[in-house]
Amino acid sequence: MNPSGISRRQQFEKHQRRRSTVIATVSTVGAIALLVLLVPMIPGWDRVRASFLDGNTFRETFPKLPGRFWYDIQIFLICTPCILALGLLIAFARNVRSPALYPLRLFATLYTDVMRGVPMILWITIIGFGVPGLIQNRTWGKAVVWAGVALVVAYSAYVAEVFRAGIESVHESQRAAARSLGLSSRQTMVHIVLPQAVRRVVPALMNDMVSLQKDVALVSIVGPIEVLRQAGIAKAKFYNFTPYIGAAILFLCVSIPLTRLTDHLLARERRRMQGTAVR
Amino acid sequence: MTDPKLRLHGVVKRFGTKLVLDHVDLDVSRGEVISLIGSSGSGKSTLLRCINLLEPTDDGVIELDGVDVAEPSLDADPIRRRIGMVFQSFNLFPHMTVLRNVTLGPRKVLGQSSREADTLARDLLGRIGLADKADEYPDRLSGGQQQRVAIVRALAMQPEIMLLDEITSALDPELVGEVLDLVRDLRTQGMTMLIATHEMEFAREISDRVCFLHAGRILEQGPPERLFTAPTEERTRAFLQRVLDLG
Ligand SMILES: Nc1ncnc2c1ncn2[C@@H]1O[C@H](COP(=O)(O)OP(=O)(O)OP(=O)(O)O)[C@@H](O)[C@H]1O
Ligand SMILES: [Mg+2]
Repeated sequence: MNPSGISRRQQFEKHQRRRSTVIATVSTVGAIALLVLLVPMIPGWDRVRASFLDGNTFRETFPKLPGRFWYDIQIFLICTPCILALGLLIAFARNVRSPALYPLRLFATLYTDVMRGVPMILWITIIGFGVPGLIQNRTWGKAVVWAGVALVVAYSAYVAEVFRAGIESVHESQRAAARSLGLSSRQTMVHIVLPQAVRRVVPALMNDMVSLQKDVALVSIVGPIEVLRQAGIAKAKFYNFTPYIGAAILFLCVSIPLTRLTDHLLARERRRMQGTAVR
Repeated sequence: MTDPKLRLHGVVKRFGTKLVLDHVDLDVSRGEVISLIGSSGSGKSTLLRCINLLEPTDDGVIELDGVDVAEPSLDADPIRRRIGMVFQSFNLFPHMTVLRNVTLGPRKVLGQSSREADTLARDLLGRIGLADKADEYPDRLSGGQQQRVAIVRALAMQPEIMLLDEITSALDPELVGEVLDLVRDLRTQGMTMLIATHEMEFAREISDRVCFLHAGRILEQGPPERLFTAPTEERTRAFLQRVLDLG
């Protein structure tokens, strides 16, 4: 160490970091300047700007959107716990070994295959429009409720597969160690396998949640005035696509932080696994 | 040898059509220390896993205090808790602290209170000089420390027999000593042990009896002085020559 308290290595790295920051800043500013200069030169840019990025329309329509977007968020917040719970149950069902429960296992397998094999929008149409016709009740006969149910049943199939992969990724030797202490198979699942499995699949689950957060907009096809539909109404009124851009911005406000967080968790998990490679 | 602690008679284990244990007979007295030696694939680990009922046997009798525990209809959980097992790869639970690793069995299986289990675990950890690691996670420990925690985890269940499966094979040479010292302590305390090992010197020093396994059979057994110096079987001789040359 030299008198300043910084080692040679640290000094070198500090210099390198400063250099990298400068280069990154200069090249980013350059790229943006180039975009600002070049994009308006694209033929027809004026027309694109007028129909997608009209300031007046934006100012008129945007204030109504966040309130409607809250509706989407609420659907998301209600569906998420249901999806996680159902997904976990189905993952368990796919793992049962007892012959008496074989039908359950068969059903769970079929469920995940069928649910994942049909486009989301089709499930929402089938369940969201179909089931309310069978029910007279005010609350339970609402199309939105059933569109939400469609999201839950379809997404729980994806989530079940994520959980199952996590459960299977816990090495057999962990089970052996737990059983050798006298823990039952159920105790082994609860105390040893599940905690490790869940920790490993958090990033994958977050990925699914990012998709769900966007797919919530599909519920608009059964009628509720959530953000996408509100933007559609505004578009029809102003003959302009700018409201959709407003809606897109709202979705990005949620999905970008979520995606960043997922990446961060993934990177952390990867570091953790590398640090403890021998096990 | 009137009432062996553990008695194996005609134990057979197959993986598919492959015969891995071929009518194994073995009597283990209370307090006896037995080493299992033999080349890779001879069935040492499988034998230990069968005794602990981690693998179901296909045939034969495994008697613990005169009770046949290999009976397929028997609930294996209460039997496993009486037999401690330590693995080559430690198999500590990575999501739990050292203390929780050690107290899990006593709390969940023996029904001890948290405080009771903690006190016992800290005492055990203290005896192996790892009291200060109680609240660390296993990945912060050296291999030797992890393996010693794994031994303590098994001991916390107050087992009647300990099965040790090549517990030093995954360790750096300089960490082997601390783990073997702990096994020596167990011997002094009179623990009944079955030890699968590649450490011939250690087997020679610690065992009352050494069994040489070959192709799923105990081909030869006897006190270490005799087996290591004057094996009667050609295969035992060839094996010992090979491993002693290497070591
Ligand atoms: N789960 C399994 N499925 C199929 N075959 C297995 C299984 N476990 C072990 N075997 C086979 O059984 C035989 C004995 O294996 P075992 O692990 O008991 O040998 P070992 O004496 O412990 O060897 P090592 O010294 O390498 O640990 C080997 O041929 C192995 O391939
Ligand atoms: Mg082995």
